[in-house]
Amino acid sequence: MKKKSLTLAQRLNRESTAGVVCSLPFIIGFLFFMIVPMGISLYYSFCDYNILSPPEFVGLKNYIQMFTADDRFWKSIGVTFYFALVSVPLRLIFALIVAMILVKGSKASPFYRAVYYLPSIIGGSVAVSILWKRMFATDGVINQILGMFGLPDNTSWLGQTSTAIWTLIILAVWQFGSSMLIFLSALKQIPAELYEAANVDGANGIQKFFRITLPLLTPTIFFNLVMQMINGFLAFTQCYIITQGKPMDSTLFFTVYTYQQSFEFYKTGYAAGMAWVMLLIVGLVTLVLFATKRFWVYDEGN
Amino acid sequence: MRRKKIINKTIYHVLVTLFGLIMIYPLVWMFMSSFKDTNTIFTTATQLIPETFKFENYANGWKGFGGISFGTFFGNSLFISILATIGTVFSSAIVGYGLQRCKFKGSRILFVAMLLSMMLPAQVLMIPQYLWYQQLGWVGTYLPLIVPYCFAIQGFFVYLVMNFIGGIPKELDESAKIDGCTYYGIFARIIFPLLKPVLVTSFIFSFMWRWDDFLSALLYINDSARYPVSLALKLFADPGSTSDYGAMFAMASLSLLPIIVIFIFMQRYIVEGISTSGLKG
Repeated sequence: MKKKSLTLAQRLNRESTAGVVCSLPFIIGFLFFMIVPMGISLYYSFCDYNILSPPEFVGLKNYIQMFTADDRFWKSIGVTFYFALVSVPLRLIFALIVAMILVKGSKASPFYRAVYYLPSIIGGSVAVSILWKRMFATDGVINQILGMFGLPDNTSWLGQTSTAIWTLIILAVWQFGSSMLIFLSALKQIPAELYEAANVDGANGIQKFFRITLPLLTPTIFFNLVMQMINGFLAFTQCYIITQGKPMDSTLFFTVYTYQQSFEFYKTGYAAGMAWVMLLIVGLVTLVLFATKRFWVYDEGN
Repeated sequence: MRRKKIINKTIYHVLVTLFGLIMIYPLVWMFMSSFKDTNTIFTTATQLIPETFKFENYANGWKGFGGISFGTFFGNSLFISILATIGTVFSSAIVGYGLQRCKFKGSRILFVAMLLSMMLPAQVLMIPQYLWYQQLGWVGTYLPLIVPYCFAIQGFFVYLVMNFIGGIPKELDESAKIDGCTYYGIFARIIFPLLKPVLVTSFIFSFMWRWDDFLSALLYINDSARYPVSLALKLFADPGSTSDYGAMFAMASLSLLPIIVIFIFMQRYIVEGISTSGLKG
């Protein structure tokens, strides 16, 4: 790994030095690819900047415009919150139900697990997004299957403000597999004695679920909730490929709007400000979740 | 009693299988449609199995766009994904070792920074990094898609490695130290070879994520000869593109193939990776 000359060898081999040397890639990477870009973008967010001409300092103008004069900005925040707050809980509930069903175990369980998990491995890909777009097209397979059952078969799923966002939510819920895996391994770690004791006390299935299973799962649910909320707020590919924010901005995700501002309207300074707002929103949501933690998450320490 | 058990079991398996079929139906449908005559895909959408299997769509799709075949796109994707993945795996391994096994000033701060990098996703960094890479003159090259990953910027992988090293007895390090091994020697000769399972897991995840990565390719690659598959597929979905859905589904299916093959053969590692990293948040 590290070539060492004899004179340097001893100094390099101190524990503290070795630690720094080994961590060096991350130190450089973190500064160079995260801190520096965030810093630069903070500066640009106070500028009128369109990539082509040099930045011109304008103070808080971008932020003021964002919060007071940009309807699409507010619209995209609303859409993003709606998407995250609907799709993430739905996905977790699905994941938990399926995990409860599969944890019982049978010879076929690994196979079922694989089938349910597959969508979450490939769900974020462009291939699946273009498939989704075709499935929900007016002449797509969803409408034709509905037609087979005698249901209305000409709904324009992607063309109506009321249904377009749901095609994206369904795509997100479809990928419940990784949460399911996490729940599965958490469920297996719940000591069987607890259930035996509950049986002795004559508890029924529902009581066991709400008194034992659910409380012991709350740390796992919490972890899932935090990570998926963050990802939910930042979904990009699906929206960019499938709906592009249409119709009438009803599916305009914050990330896609930021992209548009920067690369379609060439208001890069404005977009840099939006990236900072995005970071603050994600941070705030995470903080709120952590603040609620002690009210509902079971603490193994106590 | 026994009969009731069998009936219950049958109902269970039928329901679970049925639901599983619904889950993967879209994928099977796309795969099957890619063998249909491109004009009949939507007129026969409810008929899953094609009447005759045709490979024309694959031939048509493979031709690609503007004289650039999908072979080029696949090659580009492979190149980017492999390099970025190798960079991620090795840098994460050594950083994970440094943070887990060596005590030094600031290691706690670094640990927090690593958790932060886990929670700071690509979408937030999209504009900031673009501005920065533009100043570096990296826009239009593969550098933004590869170089950052060689610096362990995905905390997830460092975390996986740290977790794994935490389970290796420290006595191994100590005895090697007594035998005159340096900290770097311990990593290279003792720890690194033991890391194999977690390195395989990291390799799989990193490769799959890089392969699927669309956002950074969209931002940085503007010459279509250098497009990775994800970006090339988007050309099919562009409004105004000639809509050869057969070719589109054929190439989309093909683009999923590497991931599905990895998934089938490496499932054990994937399941373990998700379960362990998810549990100890």
